[in-house]
Amino acid sequence: MRVLVCVKRVPAPGARIVLSEDARSIDTSLLSFAVSPHEECAVEEGVRIAEATTGSVTVLTLGPPEAEEQLRSALAVGAHEAVLIPTEGEDWDPISTASAIADAIAGLESSDGGFDLVLFGNESADSGGYQVGIRVAHTLGRPVVAGIKGIDASDDEVELRRDTTTGSEVYRLPLPAVVTVKEGINLPRYPTLKGRLNAKKVEVKRVIEARAGSGQTMVRLKTPAQEVSETTILEDASAVVDLLEELQVVGR
Amino acid sequence: MILVLVTHDGSAVEETVFQALTFARDLASGLDTDLHAAWVGETPDVERLGLYGIASLHHISHGDLDDYAPQAWGEALSQLVTGLSPEAVVAIGSDRGNEVMAHVGAILGEPMVANVREVTPGDGAWEITRTRWGGSLLEETTLEAGVKLMTLTEHAIEAAAAATPIEASMVPFSPDLDDADLVAKVVDRVTTSGGITLATAPVVVSGGRGVGSPEGFEPLEDLAALLGGVVGCSRVVTNNGWRPHSDQVGQTGTVVAPDLYIACGISGAIQHWVGMMASKTILAINTDAEAPMVTKADYAVLGDLKDVVPAIVAEIEKRRGGD
Ligand SMILES: Cc1cc2nc3c(=O)[nH]c(=O)nc-3n(C[C@H](O)[C@H](O)[C@H](O)COP(=O)(O)OP(=O)(O)OC[C@H]3O[C@@H](n4cnc5c(N)ncnc54)[C@H](O)[C@@H]3O)c2cc1C
Ligand SMILES: Nc1ncnc2c1ncn2[C@@H]1O[C@H](COP(=O)(O)O)[C@@H](O)[C@H]1O
Repeated sequence: MRVLVCVKRVPAPGARIVLSEDARSIDTSLLSFAVSPHEECAVEEGVRIAEATTGSVTVLTLGPPEAEEQLRSALAVGAHEAVLIPTEGEDWDPISTASAIADAIAGLESSDGGFDLVLFGNESADSGGYQVGIRVAHTLGRPVVAGIKGIDASDDEVELRRDTTTGSEVYRLPLPAVVTVKEGINLPRYPTLKGRLNAKKVEVKRVIEARAGSGQTMVRLKTPAQEVSETTILEDASAVVDLLEELQVVGR
Repeated sequence: MILVLVTHDGSAVEETVFQALTFARDLASGLDTDLHAAWVGETPDVERLGLYGIASLHHISHGDLDDYAPQAWGEALSQLVTGLSPEAVVAIGSDRGNEVMAHVGAILGEPMVANVREVTPGDGAWEITRTRWGGSLLEETTLEAGVKLMTLTEHAIEAAAAATPIEASMVPFSPDLDDADLVAKVVDRVTTSGGITLATAPVVVSGGRGVGSPEGFEPLEDLAALLGGVVGCSRVVTNNGWRPHSDQVGQTGTVVAPDLYIACGISGAIQHWVGMMASKTILAINTDAEAPMVTKADYAVLGDLKDVVPAIVAEIEKRRGGD
């Protein structure tokens, strides 16, 4: 089975977010980079499916040249091929992102054959639009379900499970299909030394795509007002239980 | 007219929908227009919806729409929108709300702004403040579109019934759907046993890297049991395989808002913080006085959780035993 996984390079802020001068991006001078845990699990799921069907996994990202780092991380845990749609690192709106990815997929499929399954994260870690995977599915004319926590793949179909407040829902989609997944679908493996070494050797394919643009334009970012909170230090267990009684969390 | 999609899981309306109705009602009155709602599937809860000032409720029904089907719901709503040409369509930013509105955006070829918090309509572009990073950052964005599609960040505002409830009139609508629209639909449901879940527990006793091992969670289990709560954890814990992902609190785990959140050995990274910042009272147990969780908590105990948590359990049992 041929699987494509789309991942997005995002900064990994720790305790708080500092903005750049023009407030149009996060100040990443002290930060490392990652992808959403949803997407880490999407890569893992793709690799498991490829292992079970002796298939292949291609990982794709639309981002600055530095985003190759995220492609290499995916290659190091079992992806086979990597594709970069280069940008200057500026913020892309969901419509532009989806149309560039869909175009790139069409090109890849015409040259190397169709992808049975295209996997996305449920939402990106930073902008969180909840829609790129769904828009790509519409452009490709393929069925899609979001927020998936379990995939059983067979040759021509995938059975999907999604959590609800009272249990789970089951869907069945014929292939080719698109699925967006959530962290918790699996527990991603760590890269092996062999994996890291192989990852260095893979040549990243570059696909140039124009930016479509849309009616949604980011103006600036803002950090929410920090509510100043007084932290009352409790000296010992009995002070804690006094509090618990006061809060009526434990019976008097 | 402003149209609200009422999302439900077959049996009940999603509670946060009433926040979207409140938000949309204010938007409608600001634009001096009506508030309408759309409901897909069996008979809607007209009576309760009417309390929120809905002028008319469009009941979308179709022979094949007997359960949730994301693309079909999006297609049906898009046909209704094309007919009514509202100024904006609003859904709550739940999984289902975001998913269906993403389909509507794709079908109508319009942007869909997910998880808005504030909206200022204008003649041309609308100015919108929305949520990034699960709530630890805000984005100001402008939206120009034929119909403004958006979802409202859950818990960004409080739900409030209309001052004068209106007798909502029911308007049936039957969309035409083709097979392709109905490929993605719920084909089976599995219900797990009831009981309090992480999302609904009144008390969450949560553990991070500081707990150190799966067994390290036992005192936290004891404390949670004594307080009628459940155990939660950070992503470090799930990545180490000490607890299942269903216990993970945060941006890519479960978002909780209990009466009391006890954070044991958790530093308070923003991606964890956005998952529990709405808790009424936060008690941090940490060796590091400078940890963000400590500085942002209401109460803190500075010490080793391996000593502090068992001591709290013992004190509760002592006071109970003593009665
Ligand atoms: C896109 C993205 C999404 C993410 N989503 C989530 C999410 O949903 N949920 C989540 O939790 N994280 C999430 N993370 C990870 C998050 O950034 C942090 O890495 C994580 O929350 C840190 O977990 P922690 O506090 O347990 O560990 P640490 O940050 O290592 O903190 C451990 C704390 O324990 C204290 N400690 C150590 N030993 C003891 C002891 N014996 N007694 C008392 N205190 C002790 C230390 O002082 C420290 O403060 C996400 C990250 C990214 C990039
Ligand atoms: N720039 C990007 N490059 C590759 N994949 C992306 C990009 N942006 C979003 N995606 C994918 O689309 C999913 C949903 O993104 P969003 O609609 O922004 O929440 C993400 O989890 C990724 O899988």
